[in-house]
Amino acid sequence: MSILDSKIPEGPLAEKWNKHKADIKVVSPANKRKLEVIVVGTGLGGASAAASLAELGYNVKAFCYQDSPRRAHSISAQGGINAAKNYQNDNDSVFRLFYDTIKGGDYRAREANVYRLAEVSPNIIDQCVAQGVPFGREYGGLLANRSFGGVLVSRTFYARGQTGQQLLLGAYQAMNRQIEKGNVKMYTRHEMLDVVIIDGKARGIIARDLVTGKIKRFGAHAVVVASGGYGNVFFLSTNAMGSNGSAAWQCYKKGAFFANPCFVQIHPTCIPVHGDQQSKLTLMSESLRNDGRVWVPKKKEDAEKLRKGEIGPNDIPEDDRDFYLERRYPSYGNLVPRDVASRAAKERCDAGYGVNAEGKAVFLDFKYSIERLGKDVIKARYGNLFQMYEKITDVDPYKEPMMIYPAIHYTMGGTWVDYNLMTTVPGLYSIGEANFSDHGANRLGASALMQGLADGYFVLPYTIGDYLASEIMVPKADTQAPEFDEAEKAVNQRLEKLYHIKGTKPVDYFHKKLGHIMWDYVGMSRNEEGLKKAIQQIREIREEFWKEVRIPGELDNLNQELEKAGRVADFFDMGELMALDALNRNESCGGHFREESVTDDGEAKRDDDNFTFVSCWEYKGEDQEPVLHKEPLVFENVKLTQRSYK
Amino acid sequence: MADKILKKLNIKVWRQNNAKDKGKFETYTIENISTGSSFLEMLDILNNKLILEGKDPIAFDHDCREGICGTCNLYINGRAHGPDTEVTTCQLHMRKFNDGETITIEPWRSKAFPVIKDLIVDRNAFEKILQAGGFISVNTGGVPDANTIPVAYEDAEESMDAAACIGCGACVAACKNASAMLFVAAKVSHLAKLPQGKIEAKKRARNMIAKMDELGFGGCTNTGACEVECPKSISITNIARLNREYLKARFSE
Ligand SMILES: Cc1cc2nc3c(=O)[nH]c(=O)nc-3n(C[C@H](O)[C@H](O)[C@H](O)COP(=O)(O)OP(=O)(O)OC[C@H]3O[C@@H](n4cnc5c(N)ncnc54)[C@H](O)[C@@H]3O)c2cc1C
Ligand code: SF4
Ligand code: FES
Repeated sequence: MSILDSKIPEGPLAEKWNKHKADIKVVSPANKRKLEVIVVGTGLGGASAAASLAELGYNVKAFCYQDSPRRAHSISAQGGINAAKNYQNDNDSVFRLFYDTIKGGDYRAREANVYRLAEVSPNIIDQCVAQGVPFGREYGGLLANRSFGGVLVSRTFYARGQTGQQLLLGAYQAMNRQIEKGNVKMYTRHEMLDVVIIDGKARGIIARDLVTGKIKRFGAHAVVVASGGYGNVFFLSTNAMGSNGSAAWQCYKKGAFFANPCFVQIHPTCIPVHGDQQSKLTLMSESLRNDGRVWVPKKKEDAEKLRKGEIGPNDIPEDDRDFYLERRYPSYGNLVPRDVASRAAKERCDAGYGVNAEGKAVFLDFKYSIERLGKDVIKARYGNLFQMYEKITDVDPYKEPMMIYPAIHYTMGGTWVDYNLMTTVPGLYSIGEANFSDHGANRLGASALMQGLADGYFVLPYTIGDYLASEIMVPKADTQAPEFDEAEKAVNQRLEKLYHIKGTKPVDYFHKKLGHIMWDYVGMSRNEEGLKKAIQQIREIREEFWKEVRIPGELDNLNQELEKAGRVADFFDMGELMALDALNRNESCGGHFREESVTDDGEAKRDDDNFTFVSCWEYKGEDQEPVLHKEPLVFENVKLTQRSYK
Repeated sequence: MADKILKKLNIKVWRQNNAKDKGKFETYTIENISTGSSFLEMLDILNNKLILEGKDPIAFDHDCREGICGTCNLYINGRAHGPDTEVTTCQLHMRKFNDGETITIEPWRSKAFPVIKDLIVDRNAFEKILQAGGFISVNTGGVPDANTIPVAYEDAEESMDAAACIGCGACVAACKNASAMLFVAAKVSHLAKLPQGKIEAKKRARNMIAKMDELGFGGCTNTGACEVECPKSISITNIARLNREYLKARFSE
């Protein structure tokens, strides 16, 4: 048996999950009470898992680096969550959601996982409503829906522009209830710095108490990593400032394979970069493309005048506006998938039609929908987003179109997991954005929230039982074991090494530099030469970092620079692996665009003969090349075609 | 709209190395800040400067930097979240300040939120209040189809208005009694406005208020200061609703 056993159940697609649930082992209530599970992360994935596992009777220890689990990055998700409810009678179905997700992911995801995701999606909405999530409603009192990119039905549920917030509060409240009952022990302001493996199984973690600086040991029968994505490799992204890939990266270094690291999502509608003092980018939800029209001027002269500030967007007559998405993709129009919309914006700006001073922005215009529906309707739908836009840019989007540009947003790649969401290390699980499982090479809008909650509420609580059933006789992890000693020692050594460099430059200096390299060469458009250059430059800057970084403060106190330094140190390694993976995948698919692989009309061109697989990287040691393993992707239920949204 | 440059600013900021330290104000100067920068970007720039000067950077809490996670919490020129309305600290921009100005930055000051370091406080008391009852008691699975629980449009909207609370604590910081009533009321209203949440409404209000009192938050005397500084415009009418639920709970005891 290959080390990459995806454990996909036999049988017809629609029956796999039910059959699997019938086949896997179940732990008795009495035995659940003896078992401990660590959950790292309290976003949608982690909070829903922690609550559900505790309800079942397991003893859960949950961790987050913020001062409250409610502040996990999931809180900032805006637009919505998909589910195959077919409440709109528009012929939606589990199969259609499955199909849209596989196609949207450009045929680089596992059929069985995606089908299961679509299958449990209706349960998520039921669960959230029961918890008190105040979803948007119609006047009759039933749930409302909106559309998102890459689909022709209306299946997205939302709570204004704060869907992630409300879903997370639902999961957080369920977890709070278990904290009160003593079934979840919550560790806030704690950062996992290593995973501890004993006898080949994940048995605990090492974490730093971010307030006291103390390094602590925690044991369990299984470890679930729900630490989110690694988009911050790029420095500027829509992710929260503290979002990081370190927990997943430590798992990689301890033997968990890392899958498809180069699959990164670039979101088309973000507020453009201004100046060089900016710390992060702000997303303007994809839901805005339901009612906003994307355009640039038809004439280069107009674009130039806009850039110089000589005219405003409202000075450009209707006929001189190029609604390029509607022009190029008449059937999906403004609602093409994100990768397509992002590349189209870049194409127009590269051709000289960009509309802000930097020439790196396009318009997203609400004039037409305000005329059609009235300002009040638009305000009810997107009020908080419009307010957010105005506060940042000082421009009123009810009167003038928004300016938007693509930015790094989400990472489809992540820790490799099998159908049970277990990594290549027994007892180590990965859920939510941290794993690679469901979105292939491009994620559809409103599907990350769906996946996080599917994993945490409805998949992991079943599949983890299959593993834990064999652990019921295993005593609690001994945190005095030599494996814990060793892991703690390594963590301390690394922190001390970083701290004692006492160089001349702050962490941000290096992070920004890395970000530039990643954006230029491993960003929206990639080629062999650039990727090789990126690898070289990342190595140089990493070397400089380990000689020149300066970390002030104390090791045994709250120290935000130390926290950042550890994360950035891992970003260098991750960035390098991303570039290597991108170099290796000489095809264009989804968000991964290789200039060497395009169709005649400039669209991404897949190479199914050579690349219908998941790239799974195995860590081999500090200065060793990682080894590539391939998990072949088998499609039995959909036919692979070049994606077309025309 | 065009950004200008603030040539010089004095930043007077609370420094306190840990919970036991007494703490004091320090003043730093910073130059050439764009009015298009956010307040926290200004602090990033100041911090990087302090690091290069061999000093300890100013510790402050932040994460999403888009007004939704509720992590950032600075008391700026005597106002929670600073001199703008309906914004969190991270959404505050430098265009709200003038060249040459002295900007005073303090942590939230409240007995229930002890300082951890510099501008970072411990808001665990909020967690405790929500753990005491800020939820609907349902387990995962076994719930009815979502559309079998219709909710009147207006109720869903009002519930959402209250649910928008980000748990930042500005209401407590702005209140002379350091009361957490707006925060508690927001959670109680969010859930009590929905049919699913009505069932436990009385018990919820009772348990959360008991916990709030136990944790050392002050009583509410209806000054309305909380509503003014709340970045999410949570209305004090929620407090009236909370009082109603609470009275109902008391009478049914
Ligand atoms: C601005 C924005 C808008 C979005 N909008 C949508 C949308 O409308 N619809 C949609 O479907 N998706 C959306 N997404 C994507 C979606 O929000 C995320 O993919 C998803 O929420 C990730 O959830 P998660 O549980 O995997 O991780 P996160 O929510 O990122 O949580 C990570 C958790 O891990 C913890 N953590 C991380 N590292 C450590 C460590 N070392 N030790 C301890 N704890 C750690 C953190 O404290 C946190 O609790 C959006 C994303 C962004 C950035
Ligand atoms: S009620 Fe307003 S001020 Fe108080 S915690 Fe909530 S959002 Fe912050
Ligand atoms: S940093 Fe999240 S609200 Fe300010």
